Amino acid sequence: MSDRSVLSRLMQHDLGSRIFLGLLLLVGAGMPLAHLLLPESSFLHPSTYTLGLVGKYMTYALLAISIDLIWGYCGILSLGHTAFFALGGYAMGMYLMRQIGTRGVYGDPVLPDFMVFLSWDSLPWYWLGMDMFWFAMLMVLLIPGLLALVFGWLAFRSRVAGVYFSIITQALTFALMLAFFRNEMGFGGNNGLTDFKDILGYDLQATSTRIGLFVVTAVALGLGYIACHWIVRSRFGRVITAIRDGEGRARFMGYRVEHYKLWLFVFSGMLAGVAGALYVPQVGIINPGEFAPLNAIEAVVWVAVGGRGTLYGAVMGAVLVNYMKTYFTVAWPEAWLYALGTLFVVVTLFLPRGVVGLLESLRRRER
Amino acid sequence: MKLPKFIEDFADRSQVFDIVNPAVRSPKLDVSHGTILYLEDITVSFDGFRALNELTLYVEPGELRCIIGANGAGKTTMMDVITGKTRPDSGTAFFGQSIDLLRLSEPAIAQAGIGRKFQKPTVFPEHTVFENLELAMAGDRRAWHMLFARLTSEQCDRIDETLALIGLTAQRQARAGSLSHGQKQWLEIGMLLMQRPALLLVDEPVAGMTPQETERTAELLVSLAGKHTVVVVEHDMDFVRSIARTVTVLHEGSVLAEGNMADVQADPRVVEVYLGEPA
Repeated sequence: MSDRSVLSRLMQHDLGSRIFLGLLLLVGAGMPLAHLLLPESSFLHPSTYTLGLVGKYMTYALLAISIDLIWGYCGILSLGHTAFFALGGYAMGMYLMRQIGTRGVYGDPVLPDFMVFLSWDSLPWYWLGMDMFWFAMLMVLLIPGLLALVFGWLAFRSRVAGVYFSIITQALTFALMLAFFRNEMGFGGNNGLTDFKDILGYDLQATSTRIGLFVVTAVALGLGYIACHWIVRSRFGRVITAIRDGEGRARFMGYRVEHYKLWLFVFSGMLAGVAGALYVPQVGIINPGEFAPLNAIEAVVWVAVGGRGTLYGAVMGAVLVNYMKTYFTVAWPEAWLYALGTLFVVVTLFLPRGVVGLLESLRRRER
Repeated sequence: MKLPKFIEDFADRSQVFDIVNPAVRSPKLDVSHGTILYLEDITVSFDGFRALNELTLYVEPGELRCIIGANGAGKTTMMDVITGKTRPDSGTAFFGQSIDLLRLSEPAIAQAGIGRKFQKPTVFPEHTVFENLELAMAGDRRAWHMLFARLTSEQCDRIDETLALIGLTAQRQARAGSLSHGQKQWLEIGMLLMQRPALLLVDEPVAGMTPQETERTAELLVSLAGKHTVVVVEHDMDFVRSIARTVTVLHEGSVLAEGNMADVQADPRVVEVYLGEPA
């Protein structure tokens, strides 16, 4: 009862957040129910494919929120946030690989196929423990968090900010991509990790497992959203916005600006890691392509399209752009990159506050 | 050649070395001798130009002091020396009896209780007026603390008090960016007050203000005196006349005259260098 009142107080005066959480509840509970209860001939029956697609969009939305948290509220533009997403994904992928067991092509009970193929005779040390679900999930949080901590500490302590920070994050994700492409790294090289069989003993191909993953993703998105919302509404949140608008002034007031930025960055990195971990079992593969700088830029475009600094705008942008991508890459594949580029230019020139800003100004004009 | 000189210096027993003096960590402001700010023989030169020339100035606690002077008289440089932005070539600057300003860094001076309002208002435009004051409030500034901190009712009351003092109670929830220029200046003064400074340095508070706003600012500064010590640097003579008890006239980096407004205005040297000029 008190939890509900805390939540309702948090969402006060925030129509966008209430609409988003309502929609999320509708989608997260409604779609699986409709899938199970309605006959396949019904218009409202979502196919397994649709469920998978929406599940994937929700992981993208979580990534978009993590970017909006640092970019929209603290002015830190990370062009390498997919590095955290992909690392979370790899941690989950490693767990799923260890679950394959003897069902692999080579039938080795311990070693994943690609290691047998490379004629390795034992697991590298960093694969140890990844067969335990709780340990793998801990790594999903810890590995991106640790990278964000070390990288952010070095960058913010030296007062690297603005476009320079964006460039080095881009370099970070590019370097990781090159590293993960190498077979010696022990992450499957070019092919990455795939051919997963089951998660926690449930068959990944089964519809019930897919619905389970869908619901877990919806819950994670909702909790991630509420956590970010809570952070930006706290006094900590007001300080980070102050840092965005006047870093020097905030420092002069006695705030340790680099600490604020660092903890926000670490939290954002962990959130992106969770998004990646939920993404991998739903799409069935993780490869170094996820580290590609282009992906990171695309994720930033989602946030820009939706509208910075609102959180729900980021979700809207992620869903909107990815729906367009799904549509275009089927209907007119050559045009997709042009459409993305045009979208970015149009949003930058005409919609500096994204779709959310457009909706708000329409609402104001109606009054 | 350096070393013998150093040893010679060290052997000189007529002086006390800094290293011998105990380092004072966050000393308390001590105004028992009736003076809150001591500037003695301060000299600052930039590339041979003497911005301050053996400036000596004392300010009493609770005083409202106006500093006037033509452009280049050294008003802003003096403020910079007090806040630690500029280090003087020679001289001493003490805050109360015990705090040596020349030894402290800028943030440490701010912590010690000297607040400075710059000419250009630098409020946080996307925050409300209330939140601007909240951000400026003295207290624990660590990130983890702020994540869970809630405003106590006492803190809320303090913010509301300051809001009333600066006359922005009606704008409590307004975006600071939407305020007029004068209101931003008042908010800025309010933000300084939230840090509970003992000494307020105010740089040209009424530049660009309408006559009504100027009047309100005068009232505000007069009401602050007594509780705080206020040092105002201003060009606007009418404004100075309306608030000043004691006026210090700077000229070419040193004090030309000091006293109440009538005496200073009657001083022939002052008339010559500053007030005599057609306004």
